[in-house]
Amino acid sequence: MINPFAPIGRGVLSTLAEIGRFSAFVGRALAASVTPPLFFGQLLRQVMQIGYFSLPVVGVTAVFIGAALALNIYVGGARFNAEQFVPNIVVLGITRELGPVLAGLMLAGRVSAGIAAEIGTMRVTEQIDAMTTLSTDPFKYLVAPRVLAATLTLPVLVLVADIIGVMGGYLVAVNSLDFNGAAYLRNTFDFMEPQDVVLGLVKAAVFGFIIATVGCYQGYRSNGGALGVGRAATNAVVVAIVLILMVNYLITAFFVE
Amino acid sequence: MTAKLELKAIKKKLRGRQVLDGVDVDVNQGRSLVIIGGSGQGKSVTLKCALGLMRPDSGQVLVDGADVTKMPEEIRARVMRKFGMLFQGGALFDSLSVWENIAFRLINADHVNRTEARERAIEAMRKVRLAPEFADVRPIELSGGMQKRAGLARAIIAKPDILFFDEPTTGLDPITADAINDLIVEMVKELGCAAVSITHDMPSARKIADEIAMLHNGKIVWRGPTAMLDTSGNAMVDQFVAGRADGPIQAVV
Ligand SMILES: Nc1ncnc2c1ncn2[C@@H]1O[C@H](COP(=O)(O)OP(=O)(O)OP(=O)(O)O)[C@@H](O)[C@H]1O
Ligand SMILES: [Mg+2]
Repeated sequence: MINPFAPIGRGVLSTLAEIGRFSAFVGRALAASVTPPLFFGQLLRQVMQIGYFSLPVVGVTAVFIGAALALNIYVGGARFNAEQFVPNIVVLGITRELGPVLAGLMLAGRVSAGIAAEIGTMRVTEQIDAMTTLSTDPFKYLVAPRVLAATLTLPVLVLVADIIGVMGGYLVAVNSLDFNGAAYLRNTFDFMEPQDVVLGLVKAAVFGFIIATVGCYQGYRSNGGALGVGRAATNAVVVAIVLILMVNYLITAFFVE
Repeated sequence: MTAKLELKAIKKKLRGRQVLDGVDVDVNQGRSLVIIGGSGQGKSVTLKCALGLMRPDSGQVLVDGADVTKMPEEIRARVMRKFGMLFQGGALFDSLSVWENIAFRLINADHVNRTEARERAIEAMRKVRLAPEFADVRPIELSGGMQKRAGLARAIIAKPDILFFDEPTTGLDPITADAINDLIVEMVKELGCAAVSITHDMPSARKIADEIAMLHNGKIVWRGPTAMLDTSGNAMVDQFVAGRADGPIQAVV
């Protein structure tokens, strides 16, 4: 007789095992990131790769989201004569939510997949084994620089995204919604509170950590040649996005309490 | 005399299959051991267990008589510093230039400064007859034989006590393969180290081995000096050496 619950049970068990393996990996990655030696050259390279080269994609995303947000809030606000709140709500939405989440999602695509593919290729071509035989810990040389770089640079990227996002809203409001520029900016800064920005930056650091560890983990455990590397990159993006959205809710709820 | 490297009753199960079922083999300082055996018989797994890249389920890996499988991580890492390994596919880092590959452990583990590391890398390149003008190119631009040479230079640069070779001649033409064989013999002699190679290339095995061991069904089924290979009296060795499809070993296709 076929037990209909068997596949479900097997699924739950393998998911739990996967969570266990990932947790162990995160523990090792954390330990490698905070203890010497630090491969400073590798860290710099990753800061450029993950942070600097992501500026265009984050900037473009932010300016269009800020602009669209301003339009939507204007239309919605007009329904109860609250059009003047556009600057306040734009800055709130960008700093607390859209800046970090969109930057996180864009980087989940750009960076997680890239890390998984690069480390996955090194795994299947035995470069990681080779590194170990050359007395160099791959967690120190490969994982730690990526984790540190992503965790440190994502808040900076989000700060840039915040500014550009507010700019996007400003441009639309002033040019097509007849707002007064000086008044718009005054409203933005008077209304905004430090904790809005801080919440966004905390989220950004956590998302950066997720993006790098998921990418490294998927790459590190990949097998089965080119197919396996492709699978690792795809998994990295999906897992990173799901984790980012889940953790985003948890952090928001925690801060709202 | 304690062996330089000794594997004792190594067992390893992978994906529910007993790949290694009690492998016993040892090699002394200055000697070259070649392990032969069919595809999928666990030669690479044996090497990975010896190198600490895979943890055996049971058994001992003794280096100078001390069991590395039971050592704490830092001490084990120190013992592993005596090892050098040439990987089957070369396993060169494609993000680094050839000389940075060769000098990788000098720069990253031994903290030699880059100027000196480069000099030593170029000296190692000269030893394996890789022209110094290739120092600054990427490994991807080298031919297969040149990649093997670069991998060999990387394996010997820190003057290891034990050298491992995973199929050093696979995928090379017979003349290049023979040149690599000569280099291996030369390097092992020069360093005075112990060498463990795995291969299914019989001419290569004859050339580089002092002793040959045959791995089959997870066990060492025969072991003897290279000169005895043709008079081993072991049906499996005879079949393997002659390369016949019929005999005690069934090809799994
Ligand atoms: N990382 C691994 N995970 C699971 N199974 C593995 C792993 N590595 C090897 N195996 C399995 O172990 C067995 C022995 O593999 P191994 O690579 O040692 O063979 P080999 O003797 O080196 O063969 P070849 O001459 O083809 O290289 C194979 O069945 C292989 O599928
Ligand atoms: Mg093999």
